[in-house]
Amino acid sequence: MERSMAFESDLNLKATELRLGLPGSDEPEKPSTTPSVRSNKRASPEISEESRSKGSSCVSSKVESGERDSAPPAKEQVVGWPPIRSYRKNCLRAKKNDQVDGAGMYVKVSVDGAPYLRKIDLKVYKSYPELLETLENMFKLTIGEYSEKEGYNGSDFAPTYEDKDGDWMLVGDVPWDMFISSCKRLRIMKGSEARGLSC
Amino acid sequence: MKIICFHEKSFTILNTETEFRVFTLMGPNPKMKREFPDSTRSSPFPDEVLERVLSLLQSPKDRSAVSLVCKDWYNAESWSRTHVFIGNCYSVSPEIVARRFPIIKSVTLKGKPRFSDFNLVPENWGADVHPWLVVFATKYPFLEELRLKRMVVSDESLEFLAVNFPNFKVLSLFSCDGFSTDGLAAIATHCKSLTQLDIQENGIEDKSGGWLSCFPENFTSLEVLNFANLNTDVNFDALEKLVSRCKSLKVLKVNKSVSLENLQRLLVCAPRLTELGTGSFMPELTGRQYAELETAFNQCKNLNTLSGLWEATALYLPVLYPICSSLTFLNLSYTFLQSLELASLLRQCPRLRRLWVLDTVGDKGLEAVGSNCPLLEELRVFPADPFDEEIIHGVTEAGLVAVSYGCRRLHYVLYFCRQMTNAAVATIVQNCPDFTHFRLCIMNPGQPDYLTNEPMDEAFGAVVRTCTKLQRLSVSGLLTDLTFKYIGQYAKNLETLSVAFAGSSDRGMQCVLEGCTKLRKLEIRDCPFGNVALLSGLEKYESMRSLWMSACNVTMNGCRLLAREMPRLNVEVMKEDGSDDSQADKVYVYRSVAGPRRDAPPCVLTLSGL
Repeated sequence: MERSMAFESDLNLKATELRLGLPGSDEPEKPSTTPSVRSNKRASPEISEESRSKGSSCVSSKVESGERDSAPPAKEQVVGWPPIRSYRKNCLRAKKNDQVDGAGMYVKVSVDGAPYLRKIDLKVYKSYPELLETLENMFKLTIGEYSEKEGYNGSDFAPTYEDKDGDWMLVGDVPWDMFISSCKRLRIMKGSEARGLSC
Repeated sequence: MKIICFHEKSFTILNTETEFRVFTLMGPNPKMKREFPDSTRSSPFPDEVLERVLSLLQSPKDRSAVSLVCKDWYNAESWSRTHVFIGNCYSVSPEIVARRFPIIKSVTLKGKPRFSDFNLVPENWGADVHPWLVVFATKYPFLEELRLKRMVVSDESLEFLAVNFPNFKVLSLFSCDGFSTDGLAAIATHCKSLTQLDIQENGIEDKSGGWLSCFPENFTSLEVLNFANLNTDVNFDALEKLVSRCKSLKVLKVNKSVSLENLQRLLVCAPRLTELGTGSFMPELTGRQYAELETAFNQCKNLNTLSGLWEATALYLPVLYPICSSLTFLNLSYTFLQSLELASLLRQCPRLRRLWVLDTVGDKGLEAVGSNCPLLEELRVFPADPFDEEIIHGVTEAGLVAVSYGCRRLHYVLYFCRQMTNAAVATIVQNCPDFTHFRLCIMNPGQPDYLTNEPMDEAFGAVVRTCTKLQRLSVSGLLTDLTFKYIGQYAKNLETLSVAFAGSSDRGMQCVLEGCTKLRKLEIRDCPFGNVALLSGLEKYESMRSLWMSACNVTMNGCRLLAREMPRLNVEVMKEDGSDDSQADKVYVYRSVAGPRRDAPPCVLTLSGL
C-alpha cells in the first residue's frame, strides 16, 4: 500500500521517508488538521456546510448534511473547497451513495490474514470468473470453483461481500448485475469460517 | 446599417442598403469648437440621428464609453439603450437605473458574490430580486427579458413577474435560490409570449414536475427550454405535446426523469433542435427501440450541442454517432466515462470546440481529446470524487499537457487535478499561448510541485508571461508572494483573479492591486493578507466591481478605515459565530452609487464612512 506523501512545509521528514510506489504516484494527503499550512493562519474552518432552508434539486433528498455523509470522521473538510457548486456536489454524492452508475465502482477488498486492504473497480469486470481470477492473482491464493449447492468447495478461501443491507453474502449467488449494484465491499474469508459457508 | 469604424469621438457608418452613403458623426472636439466658436450645440446632428446610430451599439462597454463623451451623447445613449447589464445588484438601485434608462426591454442582474456558490456566504445575505421587479413593473411594464445570476428569487416574485409583464419572453435563472417549482408553474401559466425558460443549477425546492403541465394548450412560442437540473418527474405526455406544438423550439434540455424511450419520441417531434440535453441514458431499450433512437438522432441535422447523458454507458454511446460530426459543444460532466469510452466517442467528434468531462476519463481520455479534437477551444475537467482521498484517480498534469499538444486553439481551461508541476504548466502555455481563461484547481490546498517540491510560482509566472490575453485566472497549489509579483508584472489584461490558500505576506496582494490595471474582480480566501494589503487598494476599488476576502488577516479596524477613506465604497463584514471581535472574517467591498444597502441581515455589518 502506498503511503501518501503528506505535504509539510516545515519538517522534511516526509521527504526522506521510505515508501512504496513510484515517485509521483502518491496520493497527496489532505492536511489532517487545519487546511492552512502557513503558521500565520487563523482559526480552523467550519466543518458544517450551511444548511439551506429549502432543499436542493438533486436525487438524494438527504443531501443537506453534505460533506459529513461520506467523509471519514477523522478528516476535517474545508468549507467550499474544492470550489464545486452545490448542485454538482450533490449529484456526485448521490451517485456515490447509490453505487449504481456507469463506471468507476471501487470497493475495498480484505483478505483474512493479509496486513492491508486493496481496492478494485468492479466496473472493470464483466463476470464472476473475471473478478475471481483477479482476486486470486492479487492476493496469490486459490478460490476454486463456485457451485450453487456447495459454494466454493475444495478451497481454503471463500469470497464474500457486504451488500446494501449490511449482510455478508457469498459471491456468486446472485446475477452479476445485481451483485454489482449491491456490493459495498469484499472480504475473502479463510479457513474454517470459509469452509463453514460451503455446507 | 453597419458601423465600420469607431474611434474616440467619431464614427463612420456604411449604409449597405442604399448605395454607399457614408456618414461621419463628430462629437465635440477642440478643433470643432475652434472652427465654430458660436455653436451652442455640441453636435451638429439631431438627437434622433444620434440615437439611431447609438442604438446599433451592443456592447455595454462601448455604450459606457459613448455615454461619457458629452451630455448629448449621454442622453442619446440612455434613450437608445434597451438592454442593461448590472454586474452587482447593490452597485445601483432600481430607481437609479429606471431614471437613467427609460426604455429597457432586457435586464441581466447578478447578486451574491461568487463564493456563495461554495457556501461561503450566509444564507440570508440578500440579493432579493423583488424590489427590482416592483420598480420594473411601473417603469418597464414592457420588459421582455430577465436573466438572473446568484439572486434570491421567491415564488411570489416569479408570480409577480408572470402577472405584471404581459410581453415577458425570456427567463434565465442561474445559481439562484429561494423558489420552488410552484414559481415555475406561475411562469408557465401566465407568460403567454414566453420564448425562453432556462433554469440552471439553482437551489430550488423541487416539489413536483407539475409546472410543466401548466403551459396552456394554445401556447406555442417556446424556443428554449432547459429544466435539466430539476429532478422531479414531469408529465411526459404534457412535455411531448408542448415540444410538438412549439415549432420554433431550438434548445431542449430535459431532466433525468425522461427516459431514453421517451427521448426518442421527443426527437421525432423536434428534429430541428440545435441544442439537446438528454434525460437518463440508462441502457434499457429493446433492439428495436435502440434502432428507432438511432434513426431519430439521424434526423437531427442541426444539433451542435449535447449534454445530459446521465448514466450513459459505452454500450449506448454509439447511438449518438450520427450527430457527433456536427457537435461543437459536448457536456459529459455528469457522465462517468472511462478513457476508452471517451476516446471512441471523440473519434466521431472532429469539430468539437467545447468539451466538459469528468476526471474519470483520466489522462488517457485526455490524450484522446488531444488526438481527436484539433479545434478545441474550451476544456473543463470536473472531479468525480472531490472529497475521497483514498482513491488514486482523476487526471494529472499529463492529461492537460497531452491536450495542449493536440489542441493549439485552447483558450479556456478549468482543470481539477490532484497533482501538477511547474514544468507541465510551462509546456501547456507554450503550446497554447492564447489562453483568456486559465482556472487551475490543484485540489489539495497549498500543494507544491509534486516532482520538485517547490512552490507553483513558476507555473503561474509562465501563464501570465506567455498568455498576454489572459482575462481570468484562478490559482492554486503552494504559492508564495512571487506568484503575485508575476501577476502584477505581466497580467495587464487580467480582469478576474481567484486566490485560495496562497501567498506569504501583504506584499503579494499589493503587487496585484498595483500591477493589474484592468482588474475588476478579486476574490481571496484563506490567505495571509491583512490590513496593509487591503488598504493598499484604496484608490483601486472604485475601478473594480468588487473585492472579497475571507479567512485572511484583515481586522475590523482595517475595514473601518477603508470605509472612512472611501465613502463611495460599500464595505461589508460578515462575522462568524465565536470568532474574535476584532477579526473581519469575511469582507466584501464594492463600489456603489446607491449607498450602503438597507436590507443587510444582522450577520452582515455595513461599515459606513460616516
